[in-house]
This record gives sequence, C-alpha cells and structure tokens, in this order.
Amino acid sequence: MASVSTIDPAFLDKDGNPLFHLAEEPHHPEGSSTMLGFWMYLMSDCLIFACLFATYAVLGGSYAAGPGPKDLFDLELVALNTAMLLFSSITYGFAMLSMEKNRVAATQGWLAITGLFGLAFLGIEMYEFAHLIHEGATPMRSGFLSAFFALVGTHGLHVTFGIIWLVTLMAQVAKKGLIPANQRRLMCLSMFWHFLDVVWIGVFTFVYLMGMLR
Amino acid sequence: MSPHPASENSGIWKLIFGRLDWSAIPIHEPILIATFLAVAVGGAAILGLVTKYRLWGMLWRDWFTTVDHKRIGIMYMILGLIMFVRGFADAIMMRIQQAWAFNGSEGYLNAHHYDQIFTAHGVIMIFFVAMPMITGIMNYMVPLQIGARDVSFPFLNNFSFWMTTAGAVITMMSLFVGEFARTGWLAYPPLSGIAYSPGVGVDYYIWGLQVAGVGTLLSGVNLIATIVKMRAPGMTMMKLPIFVWTSLLSNVLIVAAFPVLTAVLALLSLDRYVGTAFFTNDMGGNPMMYVNLIWIWGHPEVYILILPLFGVFSEVTSTFSSKRLFGYSSMVYATVVIAILSYLVWLHHFFTMGSGASVNSFFGITTMVISIPTGAKLFNWLFTMYRGRIRFELPMMWTVAFMLTFVVGGMTGVLLAVPPADFVLHNSLFLIAHFHNVIIGGVLFGLFAAINYWWPKAFGFKLDKKWGVRSFWLWVVGFWVAFMPLYILGLMGVTRRMRVFDDPSLQIWFQIAALGAFMIAGGIACMFIQFAVSIINRDKLRDTTGDPWDGRTLEWATSSPPPDYNFAFTPVIHDTDAWADMKKRGYQRPTGGYRPIHMPSNTGTGIILGGLSVAFAVGMIWYMWWLAGLSFIGILAVAIGHTFNYKRDYYIPQDVVERTEGEHMRQLAMQG
Amino acid sequence: MSNPSPPPYSASMTVRRLIPSTAVFRRFAPVLLLPLGACDWVVMSPAGDVAVQQRDLILVSTLLMLLIILPVMAMTVWFAWRYRERAKAKDYDPDWDHSTSLELLIWSAPLLIIIALGAITWTSTHLLDPYRPIERIDAERKVEPAAKRLQVEVVALDWKWLFIYPELGIATVNELAAPVDQPIEFKITSSTLMNSFFVPALAGQIYAMPGMQTVLHAVANKPGNFEGFSANYSGAGFSNMRFRFHAMDQAGFDQWVAKVKASGVNLDRAAYVKLEQPSEKVPPLYFSSVEPKLFHAALNMCAQPGKRCMDEVMMTDMHGGAGKESAHDTQGLRHDGTIDVGGFHPLPPGKRGEIAQPAGMTPAAGRTPAAQGNEAPGQKDADGHMGHHGE
Repeated sequence: MASVSTIDPAFLDKDGNPLFHLAEEPHHPEGSSTMLGFWMYLMSDCLIFACLFATYAVLGGSYAAGPGPKDLFDLELVALNTAMLLFSSITYGFAMLSMEKNRVAATQGWLAITGLFGLAFLGIEMYEFAHLIHEGATPMRSGFLSAFFALVGTHGLHVTFGIIWLVTLMAQVAKKGLIPANQRRLMCLSMFWHFLDVVWIGVFTFVYLMGMLR
Repeated sequence: MSPHPASENSGIWKLIFGRLDWSAIPIHEPILIATFLAVAVGGAAILGLVTKYRLWGMLWRDWFTTVDHKRIGIMYMILGLIMFVRGFADAIMMRIQQAWAFNGSEGYLNAHHYDQIFTAHGVIMIFFVAMPMITGIMNYMVPLQIGARDVSFPFLNNFSFWMTTAGAVITMMSLFVGEFARTGWLAYPPLSGIAYSPGVGVDYYIWGLQVAGVGTLLSGVNLIATIVKMRAPGMTMMKLPIFVWTSLLSNVLIVAAFPVLTAVLALLSLDRYVGTAFFTNDMGGNPMMYVNLIWIWGHPEVYILILPLFGVFSEVTSTFSSKRLFGYSSMVYATVVIAILSYLVWLHHFFTMGSGASVNSFFGITTMVISIPTGAKLFNWLFTMYRGRIRFELPMMWTVAFMLTFVVGGMTGVLLAVPPADFVLHNSLFLIAHFHNVIIGGVLFGLFAAINYWWPKAFGFKLDKKWGVRSFWLWVVGFWVAFMPLYILGLMGVTRRMRVFDDPSLQIWFQIAALGAFMIAGGIACMFIQFAVSIINRDKLRDTTGDPWDGRTLEWATSSPPPDYNFAFTPVIHDTDAWADMKKRGYQRPTGGYRPIHMPSNTGTGIILGGLSVAFAVGMIWYMWWLAGLSFIGILAVAIGHTFNYKRDYYIPQDVVERTEGEHMRQLAMQG
Repeated sequence: MSNPSPPPYSASMTVRRLIPSTAVFRRFAPVLLLPLGACDWVVMSPAGDVAVQQRDLILVSTLLMLLIILPVMAMTVWFAWRYRERAKAKDYDPDWDHSTSLELLIWSAPLLIIIALGAITWTSTHLLDPYRPIERIDAERKVEPAAKRLQVEVVALDWKWLFIYPELGIATVNELAAPVDQPIEFKITSSTLMNSFFVPALAGQIYAMPGMQTVLHAVANKPGNFEGFSANYSGAGFSNMRFRFHAMDQAGFDQWVAKVKASGVNLDRAAYVKLEQPSEKVPPLYFSSVEPKLFHAALNMCAQPGKRCMDEVMMTDMHGGAGKESAHDTQGLRHDGTIDVGGFHPLPPGKRGEIAQPAGMTPAAGRTPAAQGNEAPGQKDADGHMGHHGE
C-alpha cells in the first residue's frame, strides 16, 4: 500500500499533501513514442525473418534430387553484393551525421549515395536470381530453393521498400527541410536500413557461407 | 468450378474477371440465398435510414475517420458483435446437422457446405469476434486507466481498425461469392495446398487473415507504446491497474506471435500462387513445418485472448468486493510467467505426430506448469472476495460464473496435456468441449463482464439488469447443456468435424447439445434485447456521477462518457487503485485554470487504405491481376501521400474545455 | 461401438507402480466408473491393454486435479455467499490485500500437484510411447521375448483404409482383424492427406502422413467388433472414412485370413493406383495377394508408374543433390496433383443432401481446375508444365 511518505516529493503541494494533478500539463513531446514503436515493429519484422531462417534450416537440405548450394552459389558475386549493402549502411551513417549538423544538402547527397548502393545491391541480386532461374533452379524446383528464394527475396523486398521510403524522405526533406518530424523519420529509416544490414549478414553467413560447407 | 462455356472463361473475360464466373454465385444453395436476401434487405434498410436521417456526414466525421481511441474501441465492439452473430449462426447450423445426420440421413448440409461452416466458425470466432472485442476493450480502457488523452499513434489506431474490418469484409464476401476454406480453422497443408484445395476458399482464408493481421500487429505495437510511454505522472509499472498489465502482456504476445502467422501464411500463399515447395508432400516440402509454425503463433494466441480478460476479472472482483485486489504483485508475476510459458507449449497440439516420448513429455509438462500461475490467479480472485462486501451486479455474476466454469476447462486442459491421455482424446469432441470451456467460460464471459462493467462509462447509462440476468442464466446453463454432452461424446470416442454418424446411440447426446446451443441463442437474444431496452430506457438508467459502481481505477474519475480529451488535467497517481485513493483522500475536482488541450486530428486515410486492401485481396483471390496490381499501387500511393501531411493535430480551445467540465460539475452537483 | 459387454474395471500395473496412492484411487474408481457402465464409453472401457492404461491415466490425473479443483469451486461458492453484501460480514476489510503465508500456499499447492502429475507424465509418456514395443499383454501377463508381433501396414487413402499383412501376403480395405492377446505392430502412412489412425477400443491414435511413416504398438485383449476411423479431418469424404476392427481368437483369425485369401483378387500396383483415387463409403474389400513392397511404394509416393521413390531422392539429397544439370529434370518427382481430392464439386440442382461423389475413379486430370481454364499459377511445375502428368 502506498502511503504519503512514499510519494515523490514532486507530487506534493507546499503543505505536503498529495497533488492529484499538476498545474502545468506534463508534456508528451510530439513523436516521443515513435522510436519505441518503430523498434517494436522492427522486432516483429525480425521474427518474420526468424521464421524464414527456420524454414531454410528445415528445408535447406531438401534438393528433391536437384542441385544443391555448391552447384548454384557464386560466392564472389555475393561478396560484392554484401559490400554494396555494407557501404550503403556506412553512407547512411554519414547522412545521419550531416543531419545532426543540420546540413540539408550534404544529408541529401549521402542519402542519394545510399540509395544508389541499395539499387546496386538489388541489381546484383536480381542478376543472381535471373541466372539461377535460367539454369532451372527456380523456387519451384525444390524445398531448398523455395526456402532460399523466400529468405533472400524477402530481404530484397525490404530493401526495395527501403529505397522507396528513402526517395519519399528525400522529397520531404527537400520540401520541408530537416524539421524535427523529418529528422525523426530519417532516424526510423536509419534503424530499418541498419536492421536490413544485420539480417543480410545472417543471410550471408547462414545461407551462402554455410551452404558452401554443406 | 464446374465446367462452363469456354467463352466465359477465355480471352477478355478471363483477363478482367480472372477465375470469377457465374458458378461462383451459390444460386443452388437455398440457405445462402435466404441469408443473402436477409442481409441485403437488412443492409438496404440500414443504408436507407442512414440516408433518410442524413447521418452520412456525421458517421464519416465522427466515426469512420476518428482517431479517438474511445470511438475506435466502440467500433471494434460493434464489429465483434456483428461477426459474433455470423459465427454463432455457423455454430447452430453445425449443431443441427450433427443432431440430425443419423441412421443413414445425410442431414441438411452436404460436405462442401458443412466443411466451410466449421472452418468459418473457428476463423470468425477467433479472428473477428474475440480479437476485435478484446482490442476494443483495451482500446477504450487502457488510455483512460493510465490517465492518457489518447494512444501513442492515433492514426495507426484508426488504420488498424479498418484493416481488421477489411479482413472481416473479405471473409464475409466468401459467403456469397465463391466459397470459404474447407480445411479447418488452421488450414493444415497438404489439404490447404493448391493440389487438394484448388478453389478460392483457402485464398479467402489467407487474405482475410493477412489483412486483419496487419491491423492486429499495429494495434499491438500501438498499445505497448501507449502503456510504456503515456502513463500519468506517478504511475510506476507496479502501480498500473491490473487490466493494463494484462493488456500490456497480451500486446507483447501479439507483437511476438503475429509475425509468425504472417510468415507462415505468406509461405502457404507462395505454395498456392507460385508453386513453391514449402508445405507440399513432394519436391522436398514439409507439411509438418506448417503445423509447427502455425501453432507457435496459435498457442500464444489463446493467451492473447484470455489475458486481458483475466485483467477484467481482477478489476471486477476488486470493485464489486469493495476491496483492494489480493496479491497484486503475484498477479503481475503470474501474468508474466503465463506470457513466457505460452511460447514453450505449442507442440501439445500435435503429440500424435510422433515426435518421440521425450519431446512430448517436455511439452506436456511445460503445459501443465502454466496451470500453476493460472491457479495462483484464481486463488487471488478468491481471496479478493474473502473479507469483502460483494455486490452481485452483472459483471460480478459473470465473474463468479467464470471461476466455476473455467476451472473445469483448466482441468480438462491439463488432462489433455498428458501425452498418452491425449492420444485417446486428441481431435475428439472432448477437445472441442475443453477449448469451448475455456474460451466461452473465460474469454466470452469476461467480455460480457467487461461490457456490463464499462457500458455506463462509454454511454453514460447502465445496462438493464433484468434482461442481463436472463441472458446470464441462459448463457451459463446453455453452455453446460451444450458442452457437457461433447465431453461425454469425446469419451465415447467421437471425433471432431464429422458430418454424418453411424452409431444411433450417440444421437441423444447431440440432441442435448443442440438444445444447449438453442439456450445460448436465447442468451444472445436476451443480450441484444438488453442493449435495446437499456437504450430506450436510458434516461431511467442514466448515471451522471461517472462512477456508478464505486470504482477504483482512473477511468471512473472522469465523466461518462468521457470528453474527447478524457481528463481536463492529467491526473497524478499515488496508488494502484488511483481513483479509490483519490476518493479516500477527499479529492476535489478543479473548477478552473483550464488550458487548451492538444489533440490529434481525424483522417480518412485509414478507411481508404482498408478499402484498397479489400480490393487488393479480391484481385488476388480471383486472379484479377490488374485489380491486385492497381490497388497495391494505390495502397502505396495513399500511404506515401499520407506522410506528406504534417498537420495532424489541433487544440481544443480553453472555453470548450471550460464549458464541458462546467456541464459535468453541474450534473455532479445536481446529484447531490 | 458395439462392444458387447463393458469390461469390468481393473487397475493397471503401470499406474499402480507410479503412484503409491493408487489404493485410494482403486477404491473410488469403480464409483467413478459407475455411470459409465450404463452406456458405451469406449475410451473409458476399452478392450486393449494400451487403451486401458491410457484410461487409467485419465482417471488418475483427473483425481489428482480434483484435489485442488473441488476445494476451489467450493470456496468460490462459499466466499460468494459468505461475503455477499447483504450478509454484512463483520470481518470486512477493504485494505486487506496481502498475506505472505497465503501467497505461499496458493503457489505451492498447484505446484505440488503439478510435480506429481509431471512425474506421472514423464514416465507414462515413455512407457506408452506408440513407438515402443509393448512389454505386457495385460496387467497380469508379460509379452514373451520370442513372441511374434503381428505386422500390419496401414495406408490412409482418400477416403478409406488399406491394411496390408506383409507376412500373410494379404490385404484388406476398411476391415482390420487381429487375434486377441497377440501384440500388433502397425506401420502407418497416407497417400495424400494427413489422417489419424484411431481405434479407440485398442489404443491411442497416431497421425498418418504422406511420405512419412509412423508406428503404433498395441494389443487387443477381448474379442469384439470395434470401430476405427480417421481422427484428423481430411476433406469431403472424411466422415465416412471408417472401418471395423475385429478382435478374434486365433481360430477365428485363421478363418478370417482364409476368407480373405479365398477372394482371389490380387492387389498389384495398377490396382493400388486405381484404389488410391478418391472414393467414399467403400465396403470392405479383400485381396488374396499383395505385390511385395507395395507399402514401401505407397510410403515413398512411387506407386504410380514412372515415379521416383522418396527414399532414393532423399539419399541423393544426402549426398549434396544431383548436380547442376538436374535442375531441369523433374521427371517422376511430382506427387501432389496426380490425385485430385479437392476440386470444387458443386451438386447438380435437385440432388441436394446427397454426397458429392467425386466420380470415384475418373482420372484426376479430367477434373482439375486447370482443365477447366481456371489454371492456378501454383499448379505449374518447375518447367512451366501443368502439374498433372496423369501418368
């Protein structure tokens, strides 16, 4: 049971009686929950990836008398691809640093570079997919390939939406400048973008590297 | 689809309508035609009345586009109640079929129809009755109980509601256009795969759940952020009202479980639309993986449903015993333990898959362990009643009925958790009786307690007690009459989802069960009459105090219904039972010094996105690729467009606050 | 459900070993069972030792739980009455909300029950594991180490049950027989959909899944004619997916085998492939001879000509797949879609209420949605061909 003695002194009036409301409205600054909310969304997204990783773990060896990872993966290409995504994360970091210093043009520039790296990543990934499909290694060929395309493809879709979002934000920064609302949005996209990087490192290790060891 | 003239299915027709043709309209099913006519006439009448009284503008302004958590909460409840009628109609049709189809009779439902009915019953009751209703209650009450003005993300709240509604609309469409899934409510492959369910039923199922799932997930994120960030000053976590605690954990479970459902349904749709091999028998697929994944979502789901109602029972017991809740902190810890354990038990839904004795006993024992915190909760409610002054108003009656009913369901649940016992009871009517025992006895009774408890808060008048009591007895007695026979039938080795029976000695039990279902139907009717009678007699039942039950938590500190801004001043909290504490210390309402109040503005984006999602789902279900593509682009465009709107708030001017509060004070003064 | 006389109650050895309080349980169990004697509650009065032990487990667990459930229910009613407002109880205390000793009690009482129940669960789950060969014929008799187990291979078809007796070289549909007191080993699979093999009088159920084998060990102790069925919903014909299980003495069983052998019908692969097609309410069928390794073919989804068996495919996969060139080679790998059980079968008007018999034996390809111009993209295989090879 709470007694008066345990009450925070800020909530007592000058006679030591408990207050039931403050004269000044306690302020919830606009968007104060956004980061927490977005973080929770990211964690839920992380669970989707967890399911896809689990699926890959279960089906990763079911080739249906078809080709396996060693027959299909081109590690050099994937390494290049990984580099693109890692660079994009670094350049996004630069964009955030410029944002902190309130430099609109520099922020926009770094964002554009980030987007280009993202597009390069997607381009390489699409080339890889097209090549696999051309060889007959379609998602329909085996459980392994279904799980592979689902995991890597879902990541690719996330990157695609990330780029759409990035372009939208660039337009908004161009229109309104680095106002707090836009800064908050850039922070959210930053979390999203780095999250995709982390997921990709998982994909690279778990699917590609360990696939070659299978 | 039945064979049709090639002209219909080729060329331009197919391009526009995909696989939709006239055979999708069930003109050979008199039951569906009659239902359609009733819905059409009823719908036209409602639309006509709305138009006649020029209510469209009001509906759009004050309801469809609202971001007020209270109005959204009420809309969730209305959605849940409408869908409840549909889900119950399915239930009673099943009971009639099973009471009838003996001695060579096929009953009145063929397999195609019957199999859809039991699938739809499960899907609708879980996703579109229980989920909207608990979300509605949480939406309405959580901000009030923590002394907040609204939720953290008011627009997202409106959007979540419309996505849930869109999912319900998609599911309901299947009644009149095409078919619903004939797979059981969890759509296990390979049966739900394209090879064995080539029709549109499973696609309706997938898209209905996917669209509604977006809403559920976002509302989960929203309520967690609200509870973590928006609490009134002084309200530490261990001073949260217990309902807020259970809501918090329920929403944590939502955020941690629904992505799994999204993922597993997405993989199933890839199998169906693209021809991948996730859950197929051949090409390296693995249907058992689906069963595991869907229950990793499915088991937490039942705790998502029950936890908030545990909170309701706690609030109700404490309020109507005029006593503090016994063992607040052990209640909190029990809830946390239940939430964690709910992730470690999923395999008990399929002991019979042959996982081996050690795996089975592990999951059996973790399941039993859940009964320890649940048992502790029950004792806490008991000791809250102990040394109390119990007022047997309707909410308290439902709570006592819950305690007596739920323990039986809990006991049969633990019984089913013993793997060798489960081998003879799995998939039997014993199982059906068990989970209806906990879901009706726990979730539904809890919702009825909550509705009767909080109705006066939402509308400013109490519900009629006479009809409420009638509804209560018909429900409680009807429940036992309907489900005791199912326990017995389960022990007679009768399995679930059967449409026809050989053994005539079973028939009497099914007839008793059907009788029980009709008693429940009477209970539902009484409940709707209760609403109607109360609305008609609202002046007699009026509560002007805002606190008709001598409540203990903050929602009772404001007027009924609460003003848009909930509290003129954000309250400061010193005790768990904040309002009881304020009353005890002789709290005086402030009479002046009001300030303008910062509030979020309404927006039509949510309902537009919901509508586009329905169009997208229809396109996907019927293979109208142009529609799916266009509406997807539409969704993106509207969502992006919405982010360009930076003006999302306004201030309620000081004089409006003054006037509203003055009115409330005047009513309080008249009360004496 | 026509077990002639419900067997008198007998406590099982296993459970007696497990808990010392069985004496109490044995005294009260007959009372509990009293109402059961009146009608035919097969789960409560089974005819096979495994099911008997499962029944005993249900009773023991229920009694254990009633130890706590009954007091709680009594307390609920008592408190509700004792502390109702009008009673004006003198000990009313609105601030009484904590008592360490009570809290200790309310956590530890359920905990103790669950510890007991958990111990029973762990042992019984291992002892009654369906994969574990049974060690006793009933409470009094052990299985001789040299005793022969009757081998039965079970294939769940749409929507009927195929039983193959590999040692006897016979097979039946929708009729199962076994001699009393002889341990039986079922090997179970399914052709297309997930079913569950369940004879309540004999033993608990286990899933029948395509491409996978489950095992069930059981023994029948009393002669009789019992019901068996699928306990997992598997589509339109599920309700009628039933069979009879005849437990008979050795002489009766020998006669039954002779009767099956007299049928003169051979079950070869061609006959199996035809049988595999969906049908309902199939009367018992007898096959005097069975092609060897038919169960293997059914299990590995290669009964149809030209199909590659799953075990060979999995062996290839174990060795890292079949190389790059194999990507285009999907010949003989498809199984789903070659048997159509799911098509949309609306009834012609005027025949409502009758079962939509999906024309039993017509070739699957003729009834697929693809053939009707409603081609689902998911039905194309890797090479873009339609999935239904109709071999």
